[in-house]
Amino acid sequence: MGIAGDILLRVEHLTMRFGGLVAVDDLSFDARQGEITALIGPNGAGKTTVFNCITGFYKPSEGRIGLCHGDAAIWSELDALTEGGNRGIKQGSNGLYLLERMPDYLVTQQARVARTFQNIRLFPGMTVLENLLVAQHNSLMLASGYTLLGIFGFPSYRRAEKASIDLARDWLNRVGLIHRADDPAGDLPYGDQRRLEIARAMCTDPVLLCLDEPAAGLNPRESAQLNELLLSIGNDHGISILLIEHDMSVVMEISDHVIVLDYGVKISDGAPEEVRNDPKVIAAYLGVPDDEVEKVEAEVGL
Amino acid sequence: MTIETVNAPTRPRIDVAAALRDAAITTLLAFGLFLPLIGFQTVVNIRNELELNTRWPLLLSLVAAVGIARLAYSFLFAPWLEHLKQRPVSATQSPVLGLLAQWFTPFAIGFAIFYPIIVITLGGYGGALKWVDNFGIQILIYVMLGWGLNIVVGLAGLLDLGYVAFYAVGAYAYALLSKEFGFSFWILLPLAGVMSSFWGIMLGFPVLRLRGDYLAIVTLAFGEIIRIVLINWVDLTNGYAGISGIPRPTFFGIPFNANEDGFAATFGLEFSPIYRTIFLYYLILALAFLTAFVTVRLRRLPVGRAWEALREDEIACRALGINTTNTKLTAFGMGAMFAGFAGSFFAARQGFISPESFTFLESATILAIVVLGGMGCQIGVAIAAIVMMGGTEIMRELEFLKHIFGPSFDPTQYRMLLFGFAMVLIMVVRPRGLISSRTPSVFLKERKAIPHDLVKEGHG
Ligand SMILES: Nc1ncnc2c1ncn2[C@@H]1O[C@H](COP(=O)(O)OP(=O)(O)O)[C@@H](O)[C@H]1O
Ligand SMILES: [Mg+2]
Repeated sequence: MGIAGDILLRVEHLTMRFGGLVAVDDLSFDARQGEITALIGPNGAGKTTVFNCITGFYKPSEGRIGLCHGDAAIWSELDALTEGGNRGIKQGSNGLYLLERMPDYLVTQQARVARTFQNIRLFPGMTVLENLLVAQHNSLMLASGYTLLGIFGFPSYRRAEKASIDLARDWLNRVGLIHRADDPAGDLPYGDQRRLEIARAMCTDPVLLCLDEPAAGLNPRESAQLNELLLSIGNDHGISILLIEHDMSVVMEISDHVIVLDYGVKISDGAPEEVRNDPKVIAAYLGVPDDEVEKVEAEVGL
Repeated sequence: MTIETVNAPTRPRIDVAAALRDAAITTLLAFGLFLPLIGFQTVVNIRNELELNTRWPLLLSLVAAVGIARLAYSFLFAPWLEHLKQRPVSATQSPVLGLLAQWFTPFAIGFAIFYPIIVITLGGYGGALKWVDNFGIQILIYVMLGWGLNIVVGLAGLLDLGYVAFYAVGAYAYALLSKEFGFSFWILLPLAGVMSSFWGIMLGFPVLRLRGDYLAIVTLAFGEIIRIVLINWVDLTNGYAGISGIPRPTFFGIPFNANEDGFAATFGLEFSPIYRTIFLYYLILALAFLTAFVTVRLRRLPVGRAWEALREDEIACRALGINTTNTKLTAFGMGAMFAGFAGSFFAARQGFISPESFTFLESATILAIVVLGGMGCQIGVAIAAIVMMGGTEIMRELEFLKHIFGPSFDPTQYRMLLFGFAMVLIMVVRPRGLISSRTPSVFLKERKAIPHDLVKEGHG
């Protein structure tokens, strides 16, 4: 794990076009180790598209997405890595990955970026516990000797499975779902499903957790619980979070750094306080031209 | 849900006028359809002229039957269906059913093991042969194939319409290698499995990026390609004529024949073909149990959970770092391997194979067994195989129907019609198959069955 404050994720000149539509236009930003970085913007601004590019679900039209494990000194290798054809380099416990070169599953498996979805994607017909075990697939697969040891019930696999169940139990305790462990995930209420999806992403052992509108559809109490959970993930585990959020109260309360997108273009980037008072941001959110901002602000009482 | 709502399902009211109108329309439709098809018949007479005959009584009785059936549906069947729908899920899980479910599997396994002994006791050596062979072995082959396909369709959610291709690869691998090189059954059994599995993976590589209907169509085409290659590569496979004289399996080296060194002579028994049949029965039973055992084990391993997760949501799988291509390939390869085992057993049992045994109809039958049984559920699949294959065999037994319908009546010709009826009936009453709830692979405190409406079917 790197030192808090070092750069963890560096997005440079990211552009994503769908036919004639430019969903993300020349976006650059950094996310830092141990911080909560929020990506905000009106509907259709291109936030989910940025996530899909980072997590390998889309191949960006242009741009570079670097991610660092461990010591930030390894960033000096970035240009050399870009020149060469490799997806990443590892030097001892440090590593540097170019996410735009990796298929989606490797982004999670090797670069250790986990994500959740705007529309919850659980395995509804599997139990809550099974959902968390599927998230530990790669480590368990290794422990089961790619199934060969597992099928004969080798003790080493049994131990690994027990450890994975313990990890799942820990996370269920933390998100308050331990009493639902044996129920199908599809049976949980909406707020619980959101928390389960976060717990499941955490079970993949990520360095960066990307959450796409985790507070959407939550009531104020659940929303407050979520804030607590996200803060504790950052503090207790030193895991950095990249967060898309509509709910301004969540963003302002927990994020260290906010990036604002509008029509795929970055219009503001800074601490929550700065962003909140940026006229461009207010204009984008209220849907008025810049010069009318003050008038509107006065009207809505900002 | 409160008790009141459980106990008071309102009896659906029947709209008599609508039912009558409905029946009238159906009757009219049937009349219009059957008039040209059944009402008129062209016959070539002795002078080689075409004559138009009419069959009014037959036409009228059929049309009347349709009308009455429709009325019966409106008055009896439809209300019953409504009634079924209203009944809450919890009501179906009575303690009796739970107890039955608990004891059914051990009982079924015990019955399968003692089945040959039971039929020999009841019917003697002569009578038992048919029951062990036609019913026992034949059904078990389909149970095994159903369980194998269940891995692909039921667990991984990949619709495979060409499963019989792997069955064919196993059968031909056994037939050719044993005739050519004289390898024994026990060497060729794993070899046939490996070869089928290899072909499963070969097919999988280009195909598995397709999803849903596209995957189904390409696997269907693959099944046909294999069959057509088997027909046309005459040098290797002897084409339509097939391969005969395939060496039969031996009892660990002792052949089942009437010779001095045959099985019966060695063990001091009187020669009878039943010994080989019983041996084959236990062989296929062991193979089927192996399939079930491996599947049950795999479901509790990461690979099996990944299959099911794939069926539930492929995108979520990828977001969790699962290589979905590899996962699909293992499902395909594993399913194909068991088809290969079954295929080599089939070749060894028959002593003769030809491409005729590996038509699309076989794939469809196996798929129907999996779907009717309840995708993903082993017991359901076994029951479906017993009902479908046993039903076919029993139809052969219905000789007495000839006395009713005339000597040219062959009940087996109605097999597909009855399959169709069974399929429609089951899909109406239990849309997710006989046994549709899912058993979790792991639990913390208590294993609770997962109702079928939460479990996904997969999209390719
Ligand atoms: N796969 C796609 N194909 C075409 N257009 C897309 C695709 N994904 C997103 N878009 C478009 O990109 C724009 C940004 O969408 P999105 O990233 O979902 O916005 P946000 O998450 O900020 O609400 C929208 O106009 C959307 O229609
Ligand atoms: Mg979005």
